[in-house]
Amino acid sequence: MQTFPKKRVEIIVEAPVLNRVLRFLQDHEVSGYTVMPALAGSGDSGRMWSREGMVGEAGRMVTILMIIDEARLEPLFDQLYAMVSRQIGVIAISDCTVVRDERF
Amino acid sequence: MADIFALAGENLISPMVLFFALGFAAALARSDLSFPEAAAKTLSLYLLFAIGFKGGAGVAEHGLDLGLAMTLLAGAVLSALIPLIAFAGLRVISRLSLVDAAAVAAHYGSISIVTFVAATSALTSLGMDYEGYMVAVAAIMETPAILVALWLARSAIAERPKTEAGDSLLREIALNGSIVMLVGAFAIGWITGPAGLADISGLITDPFKGVLCLFLLDMGLVAGRGMRTGARHLQLPVIVFGLVMPLVGGTLGGLTGALIGLSPGGIALLATLSASASYIAVPAAMRVALPEANPSIYLTLSLGVTFPFNLVIGIPLYIALANALTGG
Repeated sequence: MQTFPKKRVEIIVEAPVLNRVLRFLQDHEVSGYTVMPALAGSGDSGRMWSREGMVGEAGRMVTILMIIDEARLEPLFDQLYAMVSRQIGVIAISDCTVVRDERF
Repeated sequence: MADIFALAGENLISPMVLFFALGFAAALARSDLSFPEAAAKTLSLYLLFAIGFKGGAGVAEHGLDLGLAMTLLAGAVLSALIPLIAFAGLRVISRLSLVDAAAVAAHYGSISIVTFVAATSALTSLGMDYEGYMVAVAAIMETPAILVALWLARSAIAERPKTEAGDSLLREIALNGSIVMLVGAFAIGWITGPAGLADISGLITDPFKGVLCLFLLDMGLVAGRGMRTGARHLQLPVIVFGLVMPLVGGTLGGLTGALIGLSPGGIALLATLSASASYIAVPAAMRVALPEANPSIYLTLSLGVTFPFNLVIGIPLYIALANALTGG
């Protein structure tokens, strides 16, 4: 089976800025991502939070999992990072492989 | 004075307050009692739908007058003025940073729709009427406070690189799901009038208090969890602010309501709106517009301190103030 190298970008970000990030991805015609709600967690404050303990979007986190070609990611990344750099969250980039190269 | 105590006593043993207390105590005791997120959201949408629709039907029945325009204007002015007072007070009594103080101030200028719903329920129990358009006033008081807070924090914002953040914020606030449901139900209630209300009263009138009790049980759980995990972020002066600021806002709202000639019920509701602090729309707006502000401070303060205070002590006080101002 032939596989192709891609970048796997995980963005864990505050729910109130999710729409903003998704609009950015849409505006730049990026596909190949999935949004998942985060249930609970703990960041650098050491305090555990839980989705059930929140009354609104503030404080809730979501995960955007995106697989993208490295050549496409490079020109977008700085803008994407500027959008979320002041928010609570994490961006992690790792290598992965896919089977259908043309989709990413 | 005896009336105030009687009112406060009745409020304390009302199912609403007792269910809130149950949730709060359960959370502090680390019970695993919880509401599924979707259920809590459904309850919240139901309350907005019911209160909006009933308000609109009330306006259709009683007609429009100059009072609506004056009360909307008064609500917008109060929402813009209260953050300035809150900000000045916080900067004097606490060591909060400029950005944190501005974010907290925004919460106190904006409103808590659940506190408003609880106040309408208390008024109904007492047989006190109020102007149906107070629902529209609640909606209009959400936004000015946010804009004033951004102006107060302008020096911090000016240091940032320009991003999309500021451009779509207003649109997101205006189209916030709670506002759309509240204003939309109000408009439909207004269009369909008392006949429309009669058609669906089985859904929005009879179960209303029971649903409110369930929602307040959930709010108690959320507030208790917030206090358990976030209380260490609050300095004593900030907690004192969370107890005193509602009284300042409530008095301002009550006096304004009396000045523009609202009914005693309307005065009590304007006082409640001015006294309440947002914990849904404004925190989300602050995470987008002022991400440097610490959410543990403003969420814990508005939800863990001011909301319970208003629910248990504030609402009877604002009703008593309204009665005193109108000689009732």
